[in-house]
Amino acid sequence: MGLYDKDAIDRVRKQQEEWEKNELNGALEVGPERQDHYQTVSGTTIERLYTPEHVKDLDYQQDLGMPGTYPFTRGVYPTMYRGRLWTRRQIAGFGTAKSTNQRYKFLLAHGQTGISTDFDHPTLTGYDSYDPLSEGEVGRLGVAIDTLPDMADLFDDIPLDKVSISLTINHPAIVLLSMLLAHAEDVGVPWAALRGTVQNDSLKEFHGQKTFALKPRGAYRLTMDVVEFCTEHVPGWNTISISGYHTREAGSSAAQELAFTIAQAMAYVDGGLQRGMTIDDFGPRLAFFFGCHMDFFEEVSKLRAARRMWARITKERYGATNPKAMLMRFHTQTLGSTLIREGALNNIIRGTSQAIAAVLGGTQSLHVSGYDEAYDIPSEDAMRMSLNTQRIVGAETGITNTIDPLAGSFFVEHMTNQLEEQANVYLKTIEDMGNGNMQDGMFAAIDSGYIEREISQAAYEYQLRLENDEYMVLGLNDRVEGEIGPGELYEHDPEEETRQLDRVASVVKARNTAEAEQRLQELRAAAQGTDNLVSYVLAAVKAHATEGEIMGAFREIFGEYKDPGVL
Amino acid sequence: MTTNAKPIKILLAKLGLDGHDRGVKVVAKALQDAGMEVEYLGMRLTPEEVAEAAERESADVIGISLLSGAHKPLMDKLVKAVRNREMLGETLILLGGTVGDDEVTELQEMGVDGVFPVGSSLKSITKYIEETLRQKA
Repeated sequence: MGLYDKDAIDRVRKQQEEWEKNELNGALEVGPERQDHYQTVSGTTIERLYTPEHVKDLDYQQDLGMPGTYPFTRGVYPTMYRGRLWTRRQIAGFGTAKSTNQRYKFLLAHGQTGISTDFDHPTLTGYDSYDPLSEGEVGRLGVAIDTLPDMADLFDDIPLDKVSISLTINHPAIVLLSMLLAHAEDVGVPWAALRGTVQNDSLKEFHGQKTFALKPRGAYRLTMDVVEFCTEHVPGWNTISISGYHTREAGSSAAQELAFTIAQAMAYVDGGLQRGMTIDDFGPRLAFFFGCHMDFFEEVSKLRAARRMWARITKERYGATNPKAMLMRFHTQTLGSTLIREGALNNIIRGTSQAIAAVLGGTQSLHVSGYDEAYDIPSEDAMRMSLNTQRIVGAETGITNTIDPLAGSFFVEHMTNQLEEQANVYLKTIEDMGNGNMQDGMFAAIDSGYIEREISQAAYEYQLRLENDEYMVLGLNDRVEGEIGPGELYEHDPEEETRQLDRVASVVKARNTAEAEQRLQELRAAAQGTDNLVSYVLAAVKAHATEGEIMGAFREIFGEYKDPGVL
Repeated sequence: MTTNAKPIKILLAKLGLDGHDRGVKVVAKALQDAGMEVEYLGMRLTPEEVAEAAERESADVIGISLLSGAHKPLMDKLVKAVRNREMLGETLILLGGTVGDDEVTELQEMGVDGVFPVGSSLKSITKYIEETLRQKA
């Protein structure tokens, strides 16, 4: 049952026809519109006017529902921001663990309500700081973590049972999570008291973030081992943060971001079911992570569509009965790639607009990218500005006073439907590649380069729109008069690399080498079988085996992934 | 370009552990559309591997994309590897990515021919390659 009866729609259509013939034509004769064609950032055509006719089939109960109820289009909680604002979670990490620990304390003192850890490239890709491949990248774009004592430094004096922790790590997720679990034991915090998230989204590495280490099937097994282990032993932990952010940063459209993220999620659900878990058990701990671009309504619609799609898929396809397994909780980050170097302070406005869209899209936590990130990782000033942006949006704008205020907008509801339809086309393609199975479909889509090609084509089309001035960006194709500079930038300390190298050397020197070797040997043996590997990794990190040694063992057994260079 | 002229051959690659490959792929497509022969080697290559490929393929241009901040040591190694093959000056070396405005001169003195910081237009890259190679011919 639609919201409007047929007669009402007919009356609207008639009125619109009259309006087009008279008022509109009259106006167009006096002056044409600014552009011949209007489109979203993703290239979807936008009409001049949206009316009830565009949403004539919208069924309130089936398509929207009440907040906190299926299909969760209007939000995952009954009170949304009237009850509690989103978590302000700015990602941070640079240099050694000791330096990053100082930044965490700074952020917590300035209104941050959760911690999010950014690792450097060697850590993300599973290499030790002293590996030749790591030269120049140790602690450069994130924090360097090699062994358990680094993890202890990272969270020194931070109450793990009070502050929620997010570890942005994927193929080595099992290693870094094990280090955190071991550290929690050491400081006497029970695993059941831990709150947080490990990104652990191995599949998106092949087309999104590209900090892969292992071939798809091995990496996927580790992801599912973490899911299985945490479901049983770390019940408050989000086992995967299924991510579209990096896919969007790689240049995808909004619909592709939506589709590939949900495809990843479905592949993980298939894996969980294969292991004999039920979606009602592990589904509630699956979290999501999206980017937020500049096209305001496209982004709000994308986030609303994402919730509805996930609810429908978990219930209809996977037979979930626990509402917590159907509701999609997500983190949002304003997109780093939308930040422009020229006129850097203008990026504060970009971050604000994207933050407002994320909130109107119903996000559970938010990171506003620093205004100076087109130069380097953010300065303290930029991070303070990002937190203040979130506080102002939360307290002063009034957009949090009622739930899902854009619901019922002809435009937003139409675009929400449209994005769901566009994303479903991609999902069907991937499903067909796996003959009806999404896990097989995702492996096929990755192996064949399908997802990478789709994304790079979208990235190219977006770039051409910019070059042809079809989409104007101040400071890029629209010149800035009187540039406003970024202020004091983050100053990288190249000595941090040396400090980290000394640190690993001293940990390795002090450890019981035979024991570390023994644990690594047991890990290799287990990796060749089917045991859950978390307990083996835990034993290895406790023996102060390095991240690179553990990942090296996995590279031997599962194979190292080489970038196929898909265009 | 006349029909019988050999197309410009360009090798694109990423060095080190940096995973940001949106820019390099977009540039690859634009150069292809401009009629050049483009080979994208992928990411996580060593400077030595790239120089070797450039020699094997007799590339006119090597284009490196780096957004990791590690461009100075890596480009220095690449230039040396190209020089060791006596290809320096023959093969154009280009760099795109998060390069500071104040680093451009230093990179050029090192032996990098063209530097295209984030925000450079595709047209400017294509034009630079075509004009520089025409002048050298």
